[in-house]
Parts: sequence; C-alpha cells; structure tokens
Amino acid sequence: MRITGMMRVIGDDVSTDLLYPGRYLTVTDRAEQARHALEGMGAEWPARLHGISIIGAGWNLGCGSSREQAATALLGAGIRLVVAASASRLFFRNCINNGLPIITSGSLAGDLRDGTWLEADLSQGEAVYAGRSYRFPPLPEELLGILRDGGLLARLSRMAGAA
Amino acid sequence: MKPQTLAEKILSRAAGRAVAANDIVEVTPDRCFTVDDTIGAIIRYHREAGVTRLAMPDRVGIFCDHYAPANTAAHASDHRAGRLYAASHGVENFFEVGQGISHQICVERGLVRPGELVFNSDSHTTTLGAVGCFGTGLGAAETAYVWACGHIWLRVPSTIRIWLTGQLAPKVDAKDACLALLQTHGAGLATYQAIEFSGPGAETLNIASRMTLCNMGVELGAKTAFFAADSVTEAHYRSLGVAIDVQAAQPDPDAMYERDITLDLSAIEPLVACPHTVDNIDTAHSQRDVAIDQAFLGSCTNGRLEDLRAAAEILAGRRVAPGVRMVITPASAWVLEAAMREGLIQTMLAAGATLTTPGCGACAGLHLGVLGDGEVCISSSSRNFQGRMGNASASIYLASPATTAASAVMGRITDPRSI
Repeated sequence: MRITGMMRVIGDDVSTDLLYPGRYLTVTDRAEQARHALEGMGAEWPARLHGISIIGAGWNLGCGSSREQAATALLGAGIRLVVAASASRLFFRNCINNGLPIITSGSLAGDLRDGTWLEADLSQGEAVYAGRSYRFPPLPEELLGILRDGGLLARLSRMAGAA
Repeated sequence: MKPQTLAEKILSRAAGRAVAANDIVEVTPDRCFTVDDTIGAIIRYHREAGVTRLAMPDRVGIFCDHYAPANTAAHASDHRAGRLYAASHGVENFFEVGQGISHQICVERGLVRPGELVFNSDSHTTTLGAVGCFGTGLGAAETAYVWACGHIWLRVPSTIRIWLTGQLAPKVDAKDACLALLQTHGAGLATYQAIEFSGPGAETLNIASRMTLCNMGVELGAKTAFFAADSVTEAHYRSLGVAIDVQAAQPDPDAMYERDITLDLSAIEPLVACPHTVDNIDTAHSQRDVAIDQAFLGSCTNGRLEDLRAAAEILAGRRVAPGVRMVITPASAWVLEAAMREGLIQTMLAAGATLTTPGCGACAGLHLGVLGDGEVCISSSSRNFQGRMGNASASIYLASPATTAASAVMGRITDPRSI
C-alpha cells in the first residue's frame, strides 16, 4: 500500500477539539465535516488543506475525545495519510477503522516540513522523504486488511449484503 | 501458563484464548454502550450498511448525557432517534435525559462488574476500571460494527503499574493525584498501554476516588486504567445487592509489567492544569493571581457525591465572589438526590451557586456553561484543551472540587487549605 502526496505539518498535542470542534458533532456528511477540519486551530485552517493529502504531526496527536470526526473530516478534506510522532489510541483506531492510513514514527515525523512531498509504503514500513529513506514498523496485517477494505463500515456493508 | 496481567486476563476471556501484550485479537465485549453524541452516526451507519438487527441487544445501552436536555433541534433529534432505535431493536438499557453520565450510572447501579470488558463510544470509559473493569472508548464506526457483529479487533496492551503509597491529606483530592502524575510523567505516559493502580495506598481510596484516577487515565494516554477488585469493590457491590466474582479482576502474582511507577499520595498538594494542555501543571498556590469568571463543578471526573461534599464544606457560610458564576452539575440523578438529602445542594445554592440537570454539563461545551470571549474557567472536569468549553479564546484551569469551590469564593485560583 503506497501513498504519495503533499504535506501539511501541525504541532504536538493537537487535540480532537482542535482537529474538529465539538459544536459540529451533529454534521454527518464528510464533505461538510471537511469545512471544519482543523478549525479549532484557527478559521483559516480548513482552507489550508486544499491540495494536501498528508498530515504530518508531532506527539500525542488526537488526544482527548473519542469523536471520529477528527479522522473522517480529514478524509473528507482529501487527506490520504497521517504521519505522527505518536497518536492517541482512539484517534489511531478511528483512522484505521474509517480507512485512513496512519503511521506513528518519531524519527520520520520529527523531520517533516510543511509543503513538502512524502512517499510511504505502509505494508513494507518504508518512506522516502527529502531524498532520505526511513523505516518504521509496518502496520499489522489485520489492520492493513481493514484499510484495503476501505474501513469497517465498508466491510459491514459487504457482510450485510452477503447475508 | 505464562503469568498474566489483569488486562491480558480479561482480554483472554473476551478472545476465547490466551493472549499476551501486543497481540492483535478479536474480542467479544461484555457490554458495548453509546452516548447521545454518537447514536445518530451509529443509526445512519447501520442504515447505509443494511444492518437491521443487533448481535447482542442485551449487552447494548444508550445514554442521553452529553447534551441533555437538548439545546438545539439537532440534539433533540438525536435523543428521539435513540429512543425509537432502542424500542425497535430490543435495547432495554436506554437512559433518559437527566439520569446522568453513562460511566457514573454504570458504576452506581452495578451495570458493569469486575473482570468485564466494556466498550462505550466515549473516551472516559476508562472510569469503569474503578470497579475492576477493562473499560475503553470506541469511535462511532467501530461501535456500529460491534453492535452488528458482536466482536472487534483490539491490541492487547502492556501494563504500567502505578504503586500508590501513603494517604491523601485533607483537602487534597484524587484529582490532585492525577495532576501530579501528569506533572511528573506527561500526557504521553501510557499511550496505548494499560495502567494498573496498586499498592498500599489503593485501599485508602474509595470508589469515587478510584473513578477519578481511572477517568484521568485516558489523559495520560492509557487505553484503560483499573484497580484490581478488593474489599472496597466488594463493599460497593454488596451495598447494591449485586453478586460479583472478585477473582475475575485479579492479575497473576508474577505478571510482567512494562514499567513500575511509585506515587506517594501523602506528598501531594492542590494542583491545577493550566491552559491548554492537561500536563501543564502548577500548584494552586502559585497560580493565585489568576482571576476567574466561571467555576464548574461536575463531569465524570469529579461530579460525584463525595465531590459535592468537598465543595459544600468550603461553600458553607461563604458566598461565591461577585462577578463569578459557579455552575454545579451532579454526575447523576442519584447523586443529586443524595446531595439534596444531605443538604449539600441547599448549602451551595445559599452560597450563590447554580444547579443544572445531571449529565456531562459544561465539560465539553456542547449545550450549557459555554465560556465567553477571553473568559477564564476553573473546572473539576478532565480537559482544558483550547476550545473545549465552546470558545477558542477562553482559558480553562483543571482542579479538584475543593480548589474549584475555594476559587469560586475568592474569585481567583485558591489553594483550598488557605481558607
């Protein structure tokens, strides 16, 4: 599973309140959610994701609430990969289970610069960035399988359809 | 067989085979709950996927707590959808507006028991570790999946053991112990790991204090946080008339821990978490120049009877400072009724505080107690992230119930031992 794209970099401790403010919790459409992605960091942030497909983040990304809109709003905004030094368990799960690949690697995340390109192979645990290659623990096969399926809901639709 | 931590034991039972830390396993939970801010998404996901029946409706529950009573038509419609869904899907555990916070209801009514694996679409499900449960949060899609299939993947966590010694001093709360851990170890202490609170200090802590510690476990990054069942746990369930198996919530004596940390409860003093991260800690005394606009007493962290007692003790015979509003939200209807019987509510109202419907209250800024531009709030809740209480330009300081009440009286952050 290979992903290439342009990156937007955010800092440490970016909570779910910053990723997706609570006042938009009742918004269900992902395209509509995308209009509020990262809005907690400032009104200009949703527009800053145009043309971006990778988020680079520091430590403790997605700390706080279980709200999965923190992940699905990014999907709605066209994000196809998240790279963080570390991520909260709930944010990590919400990414994987909604079909958004996420890599946690302190060495890779620490080098990322805003507006640059990254190429990553999730199954191999390899990334190429600024002419340098990086290794990270590949995601377990079970989780790669969920990503290939497009998330748990896509899997559920197939199961319900087959029943 | 290899000795197991309590987390490994509970997940082995839920997986139907022996599991060890870092395994990815498929587990069947004993309970899988949701709250009002997620029920709408679950219903929509099931409709879109063509799911018509639940795998285990008797293990499901729905709680109206995050914005109850509703402040908008959209929130009211979530409650209505949840009611109709519960009725049409055989879900008996539906908790109405005003009953209180899911985690509080789970413990005070014995809805969950030691040794159980409990999911809820709320990050503070770790609170249930106070009674020896493996409680952990899920997102909406995962909850919808569990309700349809009855199982889901989980990574078995390694465990950090926090060895408690000593005893909390008067006017020092379990909340201060949480803040002390955040001060020393940071918000990333236990990312994707379990925390087991243990040691001689554990037996000095009642269920309410244990709930506060396990609740804030998630602020330390933990997947789950718990106390093994003991005589305190037994006494709690005996008072409810609910039979439990204490052995179901014990680690093996030789279990391997990822790390051991010691916390001397007797050395802790009143602390506050300053804006905008939970591990930006200082003493209440050092922050005494910070003037406040709102004091919030409530939430699944500190909205229990014991917390209301601590606040009422300080408010008795005193007044909330001019220009300050104090908002009190009991964690449940039971807490409210008990506090009224003890006269605590009357004492706090007489001091100038105001009372809201039991539930999550102002904590998440979803329906009441929202802060104005540039305002400062001292709060007994668990999170001070920018924008948490509905206003990105406001500041939130986290503190114990006693520190919150003392600050309300003085109009600025105050060490409760000083008044």
